[in-house]
Amino acid sequence: MEEYVLMKGNEAIAEAAIRAGTDGYFGYPITPQSEVIEYLAAAKPHERTGMVMLQAESEVAAINMLYGGAGAGKKVMTSSSSPGISLMQEGISYIAGSELPCLLVNVVRGGPGLGTIQPSQSDYFQATKGGGHGDYNLIVLAPASVQEMADFVSLGYDLAFKYRNPAMILSDGAIGQMMEKVKFKPQQPRSKKSPDWATTGKTPDRERNIITSLDLDPARQERFNEKLQAKYKEIREKEVRYEKIQCDDAEYLFVAYGTSSRICQKSMQMAREEGIKVGLLRPITLWPFPYNEIRMMSGQLKGILSVEMSAGQMIEDVKLAVEGKVKVKHYGRMGGIIPTPDEIVKNLKQKIIGG
Amino acid sequence: MTEEIIIAGFGGQGVLSMGKILCYSGVMEGQEVSWMPSYGPEMRGGTANVTVILSDERISSPIINSYDTAIILNQQSMDKFEPAVKPGGLLVYDGNGITRHPERKDINIYRIDAAEEATKMESTKTFNMIVLGGYLKVKKLFKLESVIKGLKKSLPERYHHLIPVNEKAIHRGMEIIKEVATVN
Repeated sequence: MEEYVLMKGNEAIAEAAIRAGTDGYFGYPITPQSEVIEYLAAAKPHERTGMVMLQAESEVAAINMLYGGAGAGKKVMTSSSSPGISLMQEGISYIAGSELPCLLVNVVRGGPGLGTIQPSQSDYFQATKGGGHGDYNLIVLAPASVQEMADFVSLGYDLAFKYRNPAMILSDGAIGQMMEKVKFKPQQPRSKKSPDWATTGKTPDRERNIITSLDLDPARQERFNEKLQAKYKEIREKEVRYEKIQCDDAEYLFVAYGTSSRICQKSMQMAREEGIKVGLLRPITLWPFPYNEIRMMSGQLKGILSVEMSAGQMIEDVKLAVEGKVKVKHYGRMGGIIPTPDEIVKNLKQKIIGG
Repeated sequence: MTEEIIIAGFGGQGVLSMGKILCYSGVMEGQEVSWMPSYGPEMRGGTANVTVILSDERISSPIINSYDTAIILNQQSMDKFEPAVKPGGLLVYDGNGITRHPERKDINIYRIDAAEEATKMESTKTFNMIVLGGYLKVKKLFKLESVIKGLKKSLPERYHHLIPVNEKAIHRGMEIIKEVATVN
């Protein structure tokens, strides 16, 4: 039986990547995410599973290496932090437009621009609403613990391959840098089979596989977009994941993901000690977003505080969910500042209960 | 049981590794643990602190603003974290370089002159283990064998020959920690 080890979130992602049977990791170091590539370099995955670990010359190169590896049907991933993920957007759009699976990890830091190296959640729009050009979506998973950093690697791959779509783990500097105990799944072998769409060399018994995001015929391009949208509809119907904590009797609700959701759990305990019945809904998939699950609670709620380390991005989805039937306010800190549990309780009282 | 701890001092004092050893000791006894560093561009000589939470239950926020215990190893950290100790909580500090000693009347205060002792032990790197020993004397969180196991897990194997000297430092810390003021 595997035993618990103590690890940083970034290290857990790296170990989980090897164990998930990743064929190739391509990345470029950036704080607060560099432990992923450092761990992989030290762990010598080529000796353990034959996995390739390559430090690319830039983030732009790394994402295009992913594009190539994914086209060959391989399990490929990259990780970076906000400015690096911005550099990758063109490649991500091409990968989505070519219907290829891959795993992206964004350990978010404060922005805009080079911003700061401290944790933030201000890349929510970029991750969930496109990021690159064109009508596409990423499947976005938001871990709230080091254990989930590890677990979401294989989950991300499963979803990416099931739907032939890039999946992203949207974490932040706090979860990347913090240590908790974590238990890993056993080593999975790297897959020897290629998916039937992969470009691995044409054999005489089949048509050639073509991977491209280009089609200059508008009618065909529209049909392709309709196919993509049908796929996204299926993902929205089948893949919503969330966690509800103390929601049964809740009159007020925190909606928060990742680090913010951990802090909100403490705020919830503090508020409940004062007799305020508050629950927490934690979206685990940010896309698809749990609109229905929040909407279904709107009858019992007097107000919702959306808590994010940003100026207020996810709050737009929370508002869409309740369709104006419940008061929704935002509380967050920016620029790498993490809100404290008592700050959140104070804002619940001021903005929701008293406001 | 939940113990919420801040360890704060200069970079290079072994603040982060002390926190890691505490966490691993907790893991050895089946506890939930979290280790949240203040990370940043600081290098040796800059400030460093880490929040450690040990609990029998699932840990909610790894980031908190009041603590059961503050282990304070320089003056800046004293100014910042003395007010953040919960009433009835514990403050452990090294007197070296402290110009304003703790003044709170509602907390338990212990002093450990670990920097001075580490020099006497001819290994200044044992400083953090002396402090850890002192703290574990006051708060009996784990069996000593769990701490030694935790130490082994925290150190890369190439440093395992240093475990006896670290163990000695933990014992020394237990001997030299002094009560300054207690409320309970």
